[in-house]
Amino acid sequence: MKDETKSVVVEDLLKRFGDFVAVDRINLETRKGEIFGFLGPNGAGKSTTIRMLCGLLTPTSGRAIVAGYDVRQKPESVRQNIGYMSQKFSLYNDLKVIENLRLFAGLYSVPANALKERIDWALQTANLKGQEDLITATLPGGWKQRLALGCAVLHRPPIIFLDEPTSGVDPISRRQFWDLIYHMAHDGVTVFVTTHYMEEAEYCNRLALIFRGKMVALGTPSELKKKSMNGEVLLVECDALGSAVEALQSAPRVRDAAVFGNALHLVVPQADSAIPEIKKYLAEHNVTVSKIEKIRPSLEDVFVSLTTERGSDKRSN
Amino acid sequence: MRLTRLGAVAMKELTQIRRDVRSLIIVVVMPVILVLLFGYGVSLDLKHLPVYVYDRDGSQQSQDLLKRFRASDYFKIAGMVNNDPELVRAIDAGNAKMGLVIPWDFSQRLRDGRTAQVQALIDASDDNTANVLIGYSQSVVQGYSSDVQLDWLHHRGQAIQPAPLRVEARTWYNEDLESSAFIIPGVLALVMSVIGAFLTSLTIAREWERGSMEQLISTPVTPLEIMLGKLIPYFVIGMFDVSLCAGLALYWFHVPFRGQFSTLLLSSALFMIVVLSLGFLISVIAKNQLAASQIALLATFLPAFLLSGFLYAIEQMPGVLQVITRAIPARYYVSVLKKIFLKGTPTSLLYADLVPLTIFALILAAIATRAFHKRLA
Repeated sequence: MKDETKSVVVEDLLKRFGDFVAVDRINLETRKGEIFGFLGPNGAGKSTTIRMLCGLLTPTSGRAIVAGYDVRQKPESVRQNIGYMSQKFSLYNDLKVIENLRLFAGLYSVPANALKERIDWALQTANLKGQEDLITATLPGGWKQRLALGCAVLHRPPIIFLDEPTSGVDPISRRQFWDLIYHMAHDGVTVFVTTHYMEEAEYCNRLALIFRGKMVALGTPSELKKKSMNGEVLLVECDALGSAVEALQSAPRVRDAAVFGNALHLVVPQADSAIPEIKKYLAEHNVTVSKIEKIRPSLEDVFVSLTTERGSDKRSN
Repeated sequence: MRLTRLGAVAMKELTQIRRDVRSLIIVVVMPVILVLLFGYGVSLDLKHLPVYVYDRDGSQQSQDLLKRFRASDYFKIAGMVNNDPELVRAIDAGNAKMGLVIPWDFSQRLRDGRTAQVQALIDASDDNTANVLIGYSQSVVQGYSSDVQLDWLHHRGQAIQPAPLRVEARTWYNEDLESSAFIIPGVLALVMSVIGAFLTSLTIAREWERGSMEQLISTPVTPLEIMLGKLIPYFVIGMFDVSLCAGLALYWFHVPFRGQFSTLLLSSALFMIVVLSLGFLISVIAKNQLAASQIALLATFLPAFLLSGFLYAIEQMPGVLQVITRAIPARYYVSVLKKIFLKGTPTSLLYADLVPLTIFALILAAIATRAFHKRLA
C-alpha cells in the first residue's frame, strides 16, 4: 500500500564498501511537504544515503521506499518521481541554460504541450528569465545551483533530494536558494537536503544528525536542543581563552569545553551547581571570568556533544 | 524505450559536438587530412629514385645509356661525379640511392662486340627499394643492350631474330599501377575507427569525469536510451565522413569506383556499428578520458592500420599474424572496400567479408547494450 503521507521510508538501511560501513542501519521517515535535513560532517555517509534513496547505489541491506516505490525493485519508478541535485554541479557546462532545461524536460518525458509552460515556470522559479541563451559555464555559482534545481523539478516531482546544494555558494545566494526550498515545500514538495552548515540545519523542519555512518539523533531543531543535549551549556567570557580551554578540559564536571567566537561553551551535567565551581576553578588557574551564564544550546553544541560521546564510545570499544 | 528521452540525449550530444572545436576538427578536418596524407604522402610506388653517375667513358654510347635512365620514370639522374670517393660520399649521405659507374672502355667494348659492364652501387639499407632498383636498372640496361645487339646485326646485314619468349602483361583493376588507388579506399577504415571508437570512447568517460553522469542517471532515462542517444549522432557523422572520403577519393584522386554504392553504405554501416560499440564499451570500462582514448587507439586504430590489409598485404604476413587478422573487423571492411572500389565485385561475391562483419557488429552491439548500468558502484 502506498502511504501518501510518508514520502520516504528508510528501514535498517546499510551500505558497505568492502570493509568500510558507510551507512550503518539508518531508520527514518519523512512526511509530505517537510524539509528534512541530513546534518553531518564530510564523510559521515550523507551522500551515500541520498544516492541509495535515488537508486544510484544499491543498498547492501535494509529497505528504502521512496514515493511509494522500493528503490531496489523499482528504481525507474523512483526516478520518475524524484528530483536530484548532486553535490558537485553536474549539468552540462557547454550547453545553454535553455538547452539544459530542454534536455531534462526530455529525460523526464515532459509532454510536448506542457513543455513551454514547464520551462517557463522553471526559469521563473530559478530566477533565470531572460538568461536562457547564456552558456551554463559562464553563470555565477548561485545561478548554476538555481538552474540545477530548476532542471531537477521540471517534471513536478513530489520529492526532491538536494546533496549539499549550497556548498561553495556565497551567503546571499545561499539565502535565496533557501527561499526557493521553502517555496517548494510550501507547494507540498518533500525536500530532503544534506548539509554541513549548522545555520542551514536550523531552517529544516526536522533533522537527522549523522556521524560515522550512524544516525545519532532525529527531531526538530528545538527538540534536538532540548532532548539530545546530554547536559547543559554554559557560556563563559574570560581572558586567556586558550589556557582557559586547556585548563577546563580536566576540570571536574566539565564534559566538554570549546571556543565559540570570543567566548567558551562548556557542557556540564547541571548548570546551577556547576557555575560556582567553575568560577573557583578558573580563578585558581589565574583566569579572570567576566561573565558566566547558562544558555540555550545551539545545534552545534548538540552536535559536538553527541559526536564526542560517540567518539569516546569508539575509543573505548 | 521512449523517443522523447532518446531524442533529448541525441540532441544534447549533437549540440555538444557542434560546440566543441576539437570534436569538429576530428569530424571534418581529420578525414580530409588522412585521405590527403595517404593519397599523396604514402606512396608505395618507387619513382624518381636519385642516381649519381660516374661516367669514365664520356662517349656517345655512354650518353645513350644515360638517356635511357633519364627517360625512365623510376630514375632521376641527380648528379654527375668525377671520381669514386665522390660517388661513395653521395651514397653515404643519402643523396643517391644508386651510383652508376660506366667504365672507361665502355664504348670500345661495344664497338668490338664484346660485353661491356656497367657497375651499379646500390644503397640496400632499405631492401625493398634495393630490389626494385636492381630490377629497374637491369631492365633499362637490357633494353639498351638488345638495341645495341640489333644495331650490330643490322649493320652486318644479318636477319633479325625475334626473341623466343615474351611476357605480355596486362594490369587489371588498377591499370595505371597507382598505389593511391590501392591505399585510399582503406583510409575509410582508419577514418571510421577514429570517428567511431576514438570520439565515442570519450563520451561516456567524459560524463563520469565531469560528474554529469550522476545527474543523467538520476533521471528515468534507460541505459539503452543513453547508449543509442549518444551513438546515433556519431553514426550519422561516420556515414557523412564515409561519403566525404569516398568523394575525395573519386573526384580528387580519381580512384575508380566500380562497385555498388549501396554496398559501400551497407559495409560502412556495419563497420560503424562495430567501432561505435567498441568505443562505447571502452568508454564504459575506462571511466576516464585519457585511458579511454588510449585504449581506443590501441584496440581499433592500430589494428585497422597494421592488420587490416590496408597497407600491408595479409597474404604476406607470418602465419600467426594471418590468423590474428581474422579477429580484426577492419580486415573485412578493408577487403570489401578494395573490392568495390577497384574490382567492382558484385555484392553476392562479398559474403566472405560481409558475413563476418555482420557477426562482429551483432555481437559487439549486444555486449555494449549490456555493459552500461545506471549505478555509481
